[in-house]
Amino acid sequence: MNDPGHHSAPSHSRPAVLHATSLWLPAGHSWRRLPVIGLALAVVGLGGSLALGLADEAARRQLWHSWLVGSLFVLSIALGGLFFVLVHHATQAGWSVVVRRIAENVMATLPFLALLFVPLLFGMGDLFHWSHAEAVKQDHLLAQKQPYLNVTFFLIRTAAYFVIWSALAFWFGRLSRLQDATGDHELTRRMRRTSAPGLLLFALTVTFFAFDWLMSLDPHWYSTIFGLYFFAGSTMGFFAFLALVVIAGRRTGLLSEVTNDEHQHDIGKLLFAFVSFWAYMAFSQYMLIWYANLPEETGFFAQRMAGSWRTASIVLALGHFIVPFFFLLPRTVKRNAVALAAASLWLLAMHLLDLYWLVMPNLHPAGMAPSLLDAAAVLGSCGVFLAAFGFVLRRQALVPLRDPRLPESLTFENV
Amino acid sequence: MALLRPSLPPGELFGALAEFATPAELYHACEGVRDAGYTRWDAHTPFPVHGLERAMGLKASRLPWISLVLGLGGAATGMGLQGWVSTIAYPLVISGKPFFSWPAFVPVTFELGVLGGALGAVFGMFALNQLPTFHHPLFSSKRFERASDDGFFISIESWDPQFDPHGTADLLRRLGAKEVELVES
Repeated sequence: MNDPGHHSAPSHSRPAVLHATSLWLPAGHSWRRLPVIGLALAVVGLGGSLALGLADEAARRQLWHSWLVGSLFVLSIALGGLFFVLVHHATQAGWSVVVRRIAENVMATLPFLALLFVPLLFGMGDLFHWSHAEAVKQDHLLAQKQPYLNVTFFLIRTAAYFVIWSALAFWFGRLSRLQDATGDHELTRRMRRTSAPGLLLFALTVTFFAFDWLMSLDPHWYSTIFGLYFFAGSTMGFFAFLALVVIAGRRTGLLSEVTNDEHQHDIGKLLFAFVSFWAYMAFSQYMLIWYANLPEETGFFAQRMAGSWRTASIVLALGHFIVPFFFLLPRTVKRNAVALAAASLWLLAMHLLDLYWLVMPNLHPAGMAPSLLDAAAVLGSCGVFLAAFGFVLRRQALVPLRDPRLPESLTFENV
Repeated sequence: MALLRPSLPPGELFGALAEFATPAELYHACEGVRDAGYTRWDAHTPFPVHGLERAMGLKASRLPWISLVLGLGGAATGMGLQGWVSTIAYPLVISGKPFFSWPAFVPVTFELGVLGGALGAVFGMFALNQLPTFHHPLFSSKRFERASDDGFFISIESWDPQFDPHGTADLLRRLGAKEVELVES
């Protein structure tokens, strides 16, 4: 029955007692099989990649580029999860407490995803032109960049990124679980205090990670906004994934007691916001380079306007921004599970295309050249991600059980 | 839209005003008024009561459409003005670019789009709420002052087809009104 007697009372019917099935992954639930399914995908995808890719030199170059796209796809989603948790604490968010544990499970995959980047170190010679000493000798610009762009420093930086991300994910995950056990409100304050420096570390590491692993694929080119561009697409990918998990969870009776249309609506709003933010970053990068028209900067876009890459660029502009912008604009779409799930799947595909568009023109300047290795690497990377996600999902409650703002989140309503 | 003067029912009688003690009673009374088929009526509370729009049976607001149309209009103005100036009115070669260099026009287009959408939302809201209104017949009720403090009210206007001074007052009392009064225009 409706009870508007309190200012913030819900107008939906809501059970007074939450059942264990909506707080823990029940025995026999299909999501319990995620680690097994993920591992199978990983073995097939990554094993197949290696079997196909180590045949000859051309296949090997394709292998590492495809592997990079697949790894970046899942890593970017995990980074979006870390960002969401940090912002949640920094802003003392109330509405998102019921979905925070899902984000925590997403960010908990970060140490596992580091494993995907270990094989890539063997492919550095194929990926990074600047890693060849003789290339640096012949190229004055690369020689000037040598103090930053050299293999030793690159390895140190990459290790530092993953250590920092894993440490942040571990710290916030552990405190959140600790609160499940003790209910100590001081833990909420500790997480809040750590979140601001955490965001600073996140911003710096993500920016330089994007410079190192994406921008330096074309070592002559540079764009100072590039880190934000990568971040915007990544966070959008995370919100698409979060929307899918919440919608699928409600369909399978998992989160139906703790999440409702109101939470789905807010996730949809954030997805919409990051669709727009990505476009803002993408266009800002494009317009400044186009307007200044300096040869050392325009090369990036000239390459992506050549051959079939031009089609990919147009598809990105339309499919990553124009169409989803107008599709996600109405309130009813964000509150409709089928519509939001379709938009999320579409945007995840667009995010993958975005990463493909960033990486592959370096290998295939003439035009798009889809390969079986692309599919295998994406499949395998998603397998690793889903296995890690499913693994941590089984280990803990689905919501932060004793977060002081959990009641606020349960009764949240958009005005 | 009536600037400064709200649209009011004709005649001497504005309508019936009923006071309720709690948001819960008001909420259920709104469901009752809605189910009785009234269309020209309103609820007044000191703070937002969640779900009241459903209890009142309000349709979705037209405001998003006003905002969208003005937003798109602003964007079209921005692109159109720059395009017209650069290609027809004063075609100048600027840094070797074509006359119609649309990427350069996007920032202004975007800003005018945002401006149009925001102005549409604010002034559209004023228009739909018939604001500014400096006087309203309900202000003649001393009791109604508590609508901004601790009173919860339903007002039913006399031009509602269902309105009948006695019948409507009876309905409101049956729905749990603490006090019902008739308000003159």
